[in-house]
Amino acid sequence: MSVDFAVDRQAWRHLADAQVNVELDTGDMILNLGPQHPATHGTLRLVVRLDGERVISADPVIGYMHRGYEKLTEFRTYPQVTTLINRIDWLSSFANEVPFMHGAELLMGIEAPPRAQYIRTILTELSRIATFMLFLGEMGLQVGALTPPFYGFRDREHVLNMIEAATGGRFHPNFNRIGGLKDDLPWGWVNECRNTMKVVLDACNMLEELVAENEIFEARTRSIGIIPPEVGTGYGVSGSNLRASGVDWDLRRDGKPYLVYPELDFKVWTHPDGDSFSRYWVRLQETREAARMVVQMLDRIPSGPIMAKVPRIIKVPEGEVWVETENPLGQMAYYVISKGATGPFRVKIRSASFSNVSILPWLLRGVYVPDVITVLASLYFILGDIDR
Amino acid sequence: MADDLEREQSGAAEEVSVEQQLARTDEPAAAEQARVDADEADAPPTREQAEGESRPLDDAEQELLARLERELGDGIVESADAFGMLVVRVKPDAWRRAAEVSKHELECDYLSFIAGIDWQPAPREGDEAGGDTSSPVQPTEMTFGVAGSAGRMQVFAHVESTKRHWGVTLKTDVDERDPHAESWVATYPGADWHERECWEMFGVAFDGHPSLRHLYLPSEFEGHPLRKDYPLLARIVKPWPGLVDVEGMPGEEGNGASAAAPAADAAQDAPADADKESS
Amino acid sequence: MWLALDVGWGTILAIKTIVVLAIIPLGAIILGYTFLLKMMAHMQSRLGPMDPGGFHGWFQLFGDGIKFIQKEDVMPAKADRRIFAIAPAVVVISTFLVFLVLPTGPDLVVSNLDVGVFYALAVSSLAVVGVLMAGWASANKFALLGALRAGAQLIAYELPLLLAVVGVVVMAGTMSLQGIVKAQQTGSIFGWDGIGLPYVFPQIIGFVLFLVAAQAELTQTPFDMPVAESELVAGYMVEYTGFRFLFFFIGEFGTAFAFAGLAATLFLGGWAVPHITDTGWENVLGPIVLLTKVMLVAFLMFWVRFTYPRLREDQLQAVAWKFLIPIGLANILITGALKVAF
Repeated sequence: MSVDFAVDRQAWRHLADAQVNVELDTGDMILNLGPQHPATHGTLRLVVRLDGERVISADPVIGYMHRGYEKLTEFRTYPQVTTLINRIDWLSSFANEVPFMHGAELLMGIEAPPRAQYIRTILTELSRIATFMLFLGEMGLQVGALTPPFYGFRDREHVLNMIEAATGGRFHPNFNRIGGLKDDLPWGWVNECRNTMKVVLDACNMLEELVAENEIFEARTRSIGIIPPEVGTGYGVSGSNLRASGVDWDLRRDGKPYLVYPELDFKVWTHPDGDSFSRYWVRLQETREAARMVVQMLDRIPSGPIMAKVPRIIKVPEGEVWVETENPLGQMAYYVISKGATGPFRVKIRSASFSNVSILPWLLRGVYVPDVITVLASLYFILGDIDR
Repeated sequence: MADDLEREQSGAAEEVSVEQQLARTDEPAAAEQARVDADEADAPPTREQAEGESRPLDDAEQELLARLERELGDGIVESADAFGMLVVRVKPDAWRRAAEVSKHELECDYLSFIAGIDWQPAPREGDEAGGDTSSPVQPTEMTFGVAGSAGRMQVFAHVESTKRHWGVTLKTDVDERDPHAESWVATYPGADWHERECWEMFGVAFDGHPSLRHLYLPSEFEGHPLRKDYPLLARIVKPWPGLVDVEGMPGEEGNGASAAAPAADAAQDAPADADKESS
Repeated sequence: MWLALDVGWGTILAIKTIVVLAIIPLGAIILGYTFLLKMMAHMQSRLGPMDPGGFHGWFQLFGDGIKFIQKEDVMPAKADRRIFAIAPAVVVISTFLVFLVLPTGPDLVVSNLDVGVFYALAVSSLAVVGVLMAGWASANKFALLGALRAGAQLIAYELPLLLAVVGVVVMAGTMSLQGIVKAQQTGSIFGWDGIGLPYVFPQIIGFVLFLVAAQAELTQTPFDMPVAESELVAGYMVEYTGFRFLFFFIGEFGTAFAFAGLAATLFLGGWAVPHITDTGWENVLGPIVLLTKVMLVAFLMFWVRFTYPRLREDQLQAVAWKFLIPIGLANILITGALKVAF
């Protein structure tokens, strides 16, 4: 039986070739994670191009929280700038002020008295503990466990109570002044702080058991989002993220001396793997280390004044200074250019999360969508720190 | 030749300030002097001893400078120390080479940031009496900072070494009429975002950057905010003093907006919290 | 004691249907309140609702139901209207169909099918269709991702569910749920018939397998990828509001109640208490006993839900295919061999 095909015989061969050579083009899907999304820690927008559940490319869109701090600092006096920069990394806000204060004091040639330095260091480490406790709980949430964040928040309350008792504010204490601190510690604070550190250490043990030793958590985080050390430093990744890739670099020990860290005895924790699990593990150990450091310092606070002699109207002499500190999120630094006025001429704010997030386009290629969430959680950025 | 002139100029400025400082430290009660100085906006304040620019380089800084000079030769224009940090100004055409030298010869594998500086003093609007008295008064003549500058705009960057624990700040001049600099993306991948931000804030184009597009600002934004001639919009929208549209209590005279400032009508559409930081 | 009413089978069927339809939301509310609101809260060192209704907020879910009913019916502009509307109903219908064979007393069963177990499992997989319909019709990429994950997951975990139950069927010798309850009531453990023979003892592997598979069928953590809160923000349900979302909610917890009921019936002895037969009060005692056993099973299920993180989709599939199914098959082999030998 002969059938009359309308198609040219030659075309058959082409069709057969076509089936062999051309891949099935199912098309990529563009998914918008954010700016409103529970996993992005704020208003970060991640435009990912997906092939099924695999990420082909990821492009972070930031700036939803850009407040123009660098421009604002040019119109503020130095004490007013302190209020601004408090709000860059709002979870460990005390730690943001420290480098700026140090820079202004260097330019003025003033040194804060030892008691003030000790209290500043204690409060900085307390903010580190506060922000890390939130991280330890909340990374469990991003991976799916509903309970760890509540435990993290519950035990973080104790630390926030301590900060509030000393400074009057839980989140934005605004306690630093150029030359020292605003007030001295209240009566009984030191003992209460010791008890709180015991609670923190217990909480770390409990969170380690609940989250870090959970097989499902390990299955979700091991070998996910590996940052090789050379790539990390090239992108400017810093802090616990870089130490989790094996780079033994901590500005408290290795940078220019600031606060009382040169007098303290502490260990810098690193992990060789560089995956999400190691970032969690390093922060867990750093929380414990911070608690131990606070106890060390509580035993050694010297007595004395808490404020150096500073003029009533603060005018910082002309000069440039670069101060970098090991903030909870990473390396935070200020490049302060002063022209001798009551306010700075130009402040370049180098915030850690900006560089930590800049590695995302490189890091997220080829991972699954759930792994995107895990990686975002493990990098631990704060939107205010990215967007300033 | 131009470099010598600049060095002379910045040196001259330095001499003046040091002299002034030496003169001032003879007088007693520096604190009171500072209070008195508050009215004289342009007088530089006193300092216990002259620090900063005139400090000698320590060993690490000397090593860094020696290596830089060996590699860049006359690409280096000037170098100085600022509170223990080495600042080196390089020629614009040696900017990319400086990055490569930093990464390999200086072993500075970590990029901290790349940003811009605009040395022009911000133009002040209005006189002291009726104008904006809330912001600090900056000097009105353009002076340059550590390691000087050839003109109004500069790009500067800081790199560090995670192994050697040292770092260096590199500066380069940018031509004001045609602002552009070489991109560091090939050496430090993190330069991508920093250069995008520098471009959108200062208008400095980076040659060799894969895609210079807005980072923080919406894509339709016009202008370069961090330049000194770009005003702080919050001040325009709600001019100082901030209490322009206070409604009287019901029953008092003037239930509508007080007619205190002429810009009250324009300010009524302004976001209400634009002026919160000033108080 | 029996009502001496002469009513036709149609009326009896209607009454039974209405009772079942009332039980589904009631069961959902009981489970939801006790475990989701209160137990979860206490395990997370918080209190849960305390105000609505006065005593520990018992009215919370009723209030939530009223709130959902009076909400605006929002439908995405590009949604497929009919399918979007029907999808929640499909899920609830599949739950309803499971309840039809669940016995709560010697006479309190809507339909005492001889293939009850087979029917129950077959019909519970209709929910997959509802989930896929919801995800596709929502015209939302997150919903679609969630629905596709759900489709793969729910189908994959049907098998371990079935294999877990086959051991019970082999031991009881019947697929009828009433028959299985009777077999447990009258059985004996090595000759001692004090507590009958709840199949949880000989079929412990099957019990654990059933619970794990039920956890996955209900898309509860550690298998809640389709509804991953921190990624997809409710996955296939994300575009649903108001009454339709209430349907999904009732469907989820109603199905939890149904699966817990199945587990209690198949493994814990169901409504029956050994040695209490022919007293005339089993029709009253039965539901109470079953409710107790259901709460026990649900306690386990929800406790696991609040503790563990979630598995990634490919890890989830690996667990089902490479781990649970071989165990199920081995369980059947051993059960069959022992049944024939003894």
